[in-house]
Amino acid sequence: MPDAAGLEVIADELRAADPSSVLGTTFDRGRAEIQIDPSKNIEVIELLRTRGFNFLASLHGVDYYPAEPRLGVVYELLDMKEVDRVSLKARVTIDAPKITSVTSIWPGADFPERECYDMFGVVFEGHPDLRRILMPEDFEGFPQRRDFPIGGEPILFTFNETERYGKDR
Amino acid sequence: MEIKREAIPQDMDFRSRQLMSRDMLRGTLEDEDLERFAEQAVMTTTLDRAVAWAQGNSIYPMTFGLACCAIEMMSIVAARVDIARFGFEAFRASPRQADLLILSGRVSTKMAPVIRRIYDQMLEPKFAISMGACCSSTGVFNNYALVPSDKFMPIDVHVPGCPPRPEALAHGILKLRDKIQHNEREGWRERYDAVGTEEVVLPITAHGDGPQAAVGQSGPLIGRSTGASAGA
Amino acid sequence: MTALGDYRKREESISYSVESAGMGETHELLSLNIGPHHPATHGVLRLIATLEGEVVRDIKPIIGYVHTGIEKTAEQKSYWKAIPVVERMDYLSYYFNAMAYCGAVETLLGLEIPPRAQYLRVIHLELNRIMSHLVWLGTSALDLGAMSMFWYCFREREAILDLFEMSSGQRMHTRYIQIGGVFEDIPAGFAAKLQKFVDGMPARADQYADLLEKNQILLSRLRDTCILDEETLLGLNVTGPLLRAAGNPWDLRKAAPYSSYDHFEFKIPVGSVGDNYDRYRVRHAELYESTKIIDQALNGLPEGPTIADDRKVVLPPRHELATSMEALIHHFKLVTEGFRVPEGEAYYPIESPRGELGCFVRSDGSAKPARVHMRDPSFVNLQSTAPMVKDSYIADLIATLAMVDPVLGGVDR
Repeated sequence: MPDAAGLEVIADELRAADPSSVLGTTFDRGRAEIQIDPSKNIEVIELLRTRGFNFLASLHGVDYYPAEPRLGVVYELLDMKEVDRVSLKARVTIDAPKITSVTSIWPGADFPERECYDMFGVVFEGHPDLRRILMPEDFEGFPQRRDFPIGGEPILFTFNETERYGKDR
Repeated sequence: MEIKREAIPQDMDFRSRQLMSRDMLRGTLEDEDLERFAEQAVMTTTLDRAVAWAQGNSIYPMTFGLACCAIEMMSIVAARVDIARFGFEAFRASPRQADLLILSGRVSTKMAPVIRRIYDQMLEPKFAISMGACCSSTGVFNNYALVPSDKFMPIDVHVPGCPPRPEALAHGILKLRDKIQHNEREGWRERYDAVGTEEVVLPITAHGDGPQAAVGQSGPLIGRSTGASAGA
Repeated sequence: MTALGDYRKREESISYSVESAGMGETHELLSLNIGPHHPATHGVLRLIATLEGEVVRDIKPIIGYVHTGIEKTAEQKSYWKAIPVVERMDYLSYYFNAMAYCGAVETLLGLEIPPRAQYLRVIHLELNRIMSHLVWLGTSALDLGAMSMFWYCFREREAILDLFEMSSGQRMHTRYIQIGGVFEDIPAGFAAKLQKFVDGMPARADQYADLLEKNQILLSRLRDTCILDEETLLGLNVTGPLLRAAGNPWDLRKAAPYSSYDHFEFKIPVGSVGDNYDRYRVRHAELYESTKIIDQALNGLPEGPTIADDRKVVLPPRHELATSMEALIHHFKLVTEGFRVPEGEAYYPIESPRGELGCFVRSDGSAKPARVHMRDPSFVNLQSTAPMVKDSYIADLIATLAMVDPVLGGVDR
């Protein structure tokens, strides 16, 4: 599916347009990835769209704890004519987790960006309605960050059942 | 120690029947009250059993599919395991018209208050089956997002499985039917021992022994001491 | 209470405008809450519909009522043990969930899947596709009022679940697709039963068409309602039968074949108008195509192992545990700690009954995945309901929700 040395061609085109936008490229086990500067994501995406990658297959967040910058936003782009895929990764820090929203380009990025905000705390500037989507509205914390506890119910055994539920239960 | 007992009112409402049963258990029921109890027990039992039989055979489940278990719940309506054999095929969407809530699927923290509100809207007598592992405990997913259904509503039957086979769910429903038909009618507080919130007669004693004397009676938890004499 | 106040304030994203309808009259917009418990939603989907009379002006889906934290739970389990967790996401296409996840992990590991395992995977995936479409058809017809379709579709579904039970022991969430191949070879009698099913399925699909398509009410409810063109759908990142109904023949099984799909000959049903009727027809036609694929796979099933033989990743066969010490050690290590996956990230997209189902797995070199994200098709497709039902009736809203086929387990994960 993804291109091989064509990745370098794309990266060079991006660098030619704006040298600071591309922070690096990786081609690993068939996946072509370009690490970009988060403040330049719209320009990079527009350039790639002119090159044919005009379908956003997936937008999701990753937490790279303990490496900094911690939060990554990954865009999986798809070229339907050539059947090519390229990934863009923009990493933002925990203290300033802001990135421009791509809903102006693809209205379908609405829900995925809200999910990324809900689960990781990445603020998408320019998003029409950025609020929690999967957790309750008044939930505090960002669950899928690596330092958020998994939570859950304690498993009851005979030695601890009375402290939670009382006798004869 | 004297147990102060109020006169049991003549009408056969639930409260007076409760007081009579309490005195019967203690062995302090006296002559006419005892006779009345005997009459009423025989008559009530037969009538009650007839009513319970009818109730058990005409349960209206409510469509409450949440996740994967909902698909297996749909399978019991389908032709292979057919709950229409028992008369339960009339799934009603409105809580006012249903009496069995089959919780099928995982209950998230966002959904729990909704389910509780719907359960409250159902009319007595109402029953609840927790189908599957996810709503009984949290199943496969023991994490921040799920709530076991026991924590916010009373459940009659838990059906284990992930998802339980339609036959297993049918077995659970039939077990519930047996429970309904052989039990006397009682509200859900009595059924689940949800004590501490209803009005209870506390015996008042001359020696100040307090609630120690109230053996076999459900009393407010604050008054109950753990064996040591509390004093007045 | 500030959280509640914030919530109320933020829900003001629904516009309340008073528009005049001529004759000096003004019509107010009514905001109606549909769900999360409602007889006609597929799962716990809550919609806030803004109505003007009977006409829907806007809908806002509110989801999250079955959010299970699957992605975070998968990070706590080793790679092998995360398969059952991930399977329970989109609960009508459990083989597809497992396939996407296993495909991503196999890409990271660089594992070769033996051909027999690939064909068996294809057989089970296509059976699951048929089963998912049958449930969709039954419940959609139920929503539209054609109640008896439900029993017919579930009759076929029971036949498919019997086949699943034969091959893996479970009806749903079978853990059959494992990292490296499939769990076990198919038992004796499976091939014969499957052949019988495959021979009878086209006739059954014809029966469904006969039941529904001569009904004038159904046709007028589905035809020319809630049309959405291909451009808007592509902007909304919609894939699957919705996109194919609008005329775009994008199907990952043909465009980027995985797991030997290129060995089989099948067509892709494509619609022309993009209305609800086309969405129904596309899925119905896919029943025939999937049956063809299963037939070809069954008749061309190659001999060989059903799982990769890399002992560092795949459990050794049971009989070896009695004789070989190495097998015992491998088994112990794999079950307790699990295998380690070299660092990297992989995104593996497949074509599920609802669209592109992709699994993103990030590995940090340990025995547990560092991030598992399932790109669920229903999550993205749900955004297309709002433009679809704009300016149509509530009855069309119900029909469209049925035709969009959202599975809320995948939407909420």
